[in-house]
Amino acid sequence: MNEETTQKLGIVVSGSLTQGVEVRLDGSASVEDMAVGRYVTIEGQKRRFFGMITDVSLGFTDQRLSLTPPDTSDPLMAEVLAGTSIYGTLHVLPMLTIGTDASLEGPQPVKTVPSHYSTVNAASQQDVELVFGEEDERKFYIGTPLDMETKICLNLEELVKRSNGIFGKSGTGKTFLTRLLLIGMLQKSTAVNLVFDMHNEYGWEGTSEGHRKVKALKQLFPSSVAVFTLDEESSRRRKVQTDFVVRIGYDEIEPEDIALLRQTLNLTEASVQAVYQLARAFGNKKWIEKTLELEDGEETAELLNRLNIHEATFGNLRRGLETIRRLPFLVPKSPDNTVSRILEYLDRGINVVLEFGRYTDVTAYILVANLLTRRIYARYRDRTEQAMGEDTPTPHPLVITIEEAHKFLNPEVSSQTIFGTIAREMRKYNVTLLVIDQRPGGIDTEVMSQLGTKLTCLLDSEKDIDSVLAGVSGKNELKSVLAKLESKQQALIFGHAVPMPIVVRTREYGSAESYKSFGLVSQADVKKKAEKDIEELWGQ
Amino acid sequence: MDRIGEVIEASTTELAAQCYELYGVPPLGSLVKTADSSLELYGIVCNAVTTSLEPGRRPIARGKDEPSEEAIYRSNPQLTKLLRSEFNALMVGHRKDGKLYHYLPPAPARIHSFVYLCPPEEVKEFSQSFGFLNILVNAHLDISTDELIAAALRQMSRAHQERHAFLVTAGKELATLLSGRFDQLKSVLGRLKE
Repeated sequence: MNEETTQKLGIVVSGSLTQGVEVRLDGSASVEDMAVGRYVTIEGQKRRFFGMITDVSLGFTDQRLSLTPPDTSDPLMAEVLAGTSIYGTLHVLPMLTIGTDASLEGPQPVKTVPSHYSTVNAASQQDVELVFGEEDERKFYIGTPLDMETKICLNLEELVKRSNGIFGKSGTGKTFLTRLLLIGMLQKSTAVNLVFDMHNEYGWEGTSEGHRKVKALKQLFPSSVAVFTLDEESSRRRKVQTDFVVRIGYDEIEPEDIALLRQTLNLTEASVQAVYQLARAFGNKKWIEKTLELEDGEETAELLNRLNIHEATFGNLRRGLETIRRLPFLVPKSPDNTVSRILEYLDRGINVVLEFGRYTDVTAYILVANLLTRRIYARYRDRTEQAMGEDTPTPHPLVITIEEAHKFLNPEVSSQTIFGTIAREMRKYNVTLLVIDQRPGGIDTEVMSQLGTKLTCLLDSEKDIDSVLAGVSGKNELKSVLAKLESKQQALIFGHAVPMPIVVRTREYGSAESYKSFGLVSQADVKKKAEKDIEELWGQ
Repeated sequence: MDRIGEVIEASTTELAAQCYELYGVPPLGSLVKTADSSLELYGIVCNAVTTSLEPGRRPIARGKDEPSEEAIYRSNPQLTKLLRSEFNALMVGHRKDGKLYHYLPPAPARIHSFVYLCPPEEVKEFSQSFGFLNILVNAHLDISTDELIAAALRQMSRAHQERHAFLVTAGKELATLLSGRFDQLKSVLGRLKE
């Protein structure tokens, strides 16, 4: 290792595997230079340990030092006491061990603690690179550690194999992080994305908090992204180049879709039951149309009586259905099959962003997302099973991105929605979720526990933090790290795709240089290069 | 090397020496050494006294008609012979076969062996290690050990170019030895200033 880059911090004095180790700081290492979330290496006798600082505290050998503080304006006194009688301590959570032959085994999960008085050093760039790997065709540079310039890379090939979550309070950078991740998946994995873009941020231009325009997927990768829209007018006004206008026919809405909307439409349990009965009576394709056509009168009363539906229940259901009918993208009969169109694009490896335009209403979002996803998932399941049986290639792995996930995945409805099923059954049929949410506490714990990798920005509600960190080893330690994240551009990443939890300052996104760093060349550069090529050609 | 006196009483932990010159005692805390054929013994001056040669006879005041103190000694030349200066040194280390050890010598000094004041280079060499501090901290003396430790470190620091750095290193060593005895540490550190 490079001697110059290694900074000795202190020695291990006590600890345990479950609670982490206590490190006593040397007098030369200032406690103020330490930061929760920083990395350290511990030189054990047989192997090196890689850990994260999870707490910093002050200690003294004699209680009297706190009762009658010495005169530290005297430089001799101050220097003598620092590191001896008064000292800083670090709480370090060992995460990985690096054997003597790291190239052979790679970092391993930690199963023991370093011996007494092992030296603790600040982790060098090489150490971090050794643990997180370098950017390559599968690894995507997501950000840098807090006080280093090393690139932290996510293994996206691994990431898309499971469902993942991005969490954080409003305004902490979830959207930017998601954009980055979507670009990463687009560039580095074989997966295609279907994004239910509630706030029109991922397909075309969005704005940053400084009201600066930020390019999104379609502008950066026009050939591999298609923008579908529910609201043609809004898209046209924003000058978005859309590929398809989504219309959904009444015949496509199934009773399950209504069941999911129970809360948002304010339906009673009985109304939901009535939906199934009506669907049985009128047929799955026509029930909405026919139910809405029913007029008050003898016939209707008779029908309701026959189906054993109470009049008040019917009234309740009808009010709910009227709300749905008011959604402008719903038409009695859809001119085109949206699901087939989406699949067509996905099959060609083109990512689909579905913009909701002005319909940012939760009812529309839940209805459309659930409806489309259920059908797409069913097709994927059929094709994967077919591929298993007939040795045909399996479809592209699909990642479905949903926002406001707690509306789909809360404990009441997660068992009914397709998203709950996908999150639980995961990758069997090559479909996974990317869940974006600001209230992870509202998501079913069963679903949360199935998420492979979690990327979380600042959260401050106790319930949300608990829910995100549920089941993670070193939860209490990570809790203090999570609560101390800055409110912007910082995220804690842990789970399947990273060897250990890590706090990153997310990669710059939104400036011309940042676009260039994705390997993109601007139009002006293309032109310049073409001119240069021509010149060279004719010059020879 | 500066020969200053002769051992007149010796034990494993301490020696007493008489100075050749009246008032020729080395400063408190300075490093002195004595030697026999196989061993060089190091001590730190921990006490000094000037008394009458005979224990039963106290000196009397003589300066009533003299203009100055020097004049008393000039008119009573016998005084320098009737009075004597002695000092005690706490044994803190020894050198055997050219190697320095910062702990007690195997045998006490011999009576009438010469005592030398160590030159700065030797003080510097001796104070590379602070093993002797432990002896000072635990000594039972007439004067307070805080005073002695501070005096010894002050003396030794003069032999070092990086005086402050030396005192800091010594202070840290002391802080470890005196962990839990912060008052004592504070009083020693407070006495290191010059």
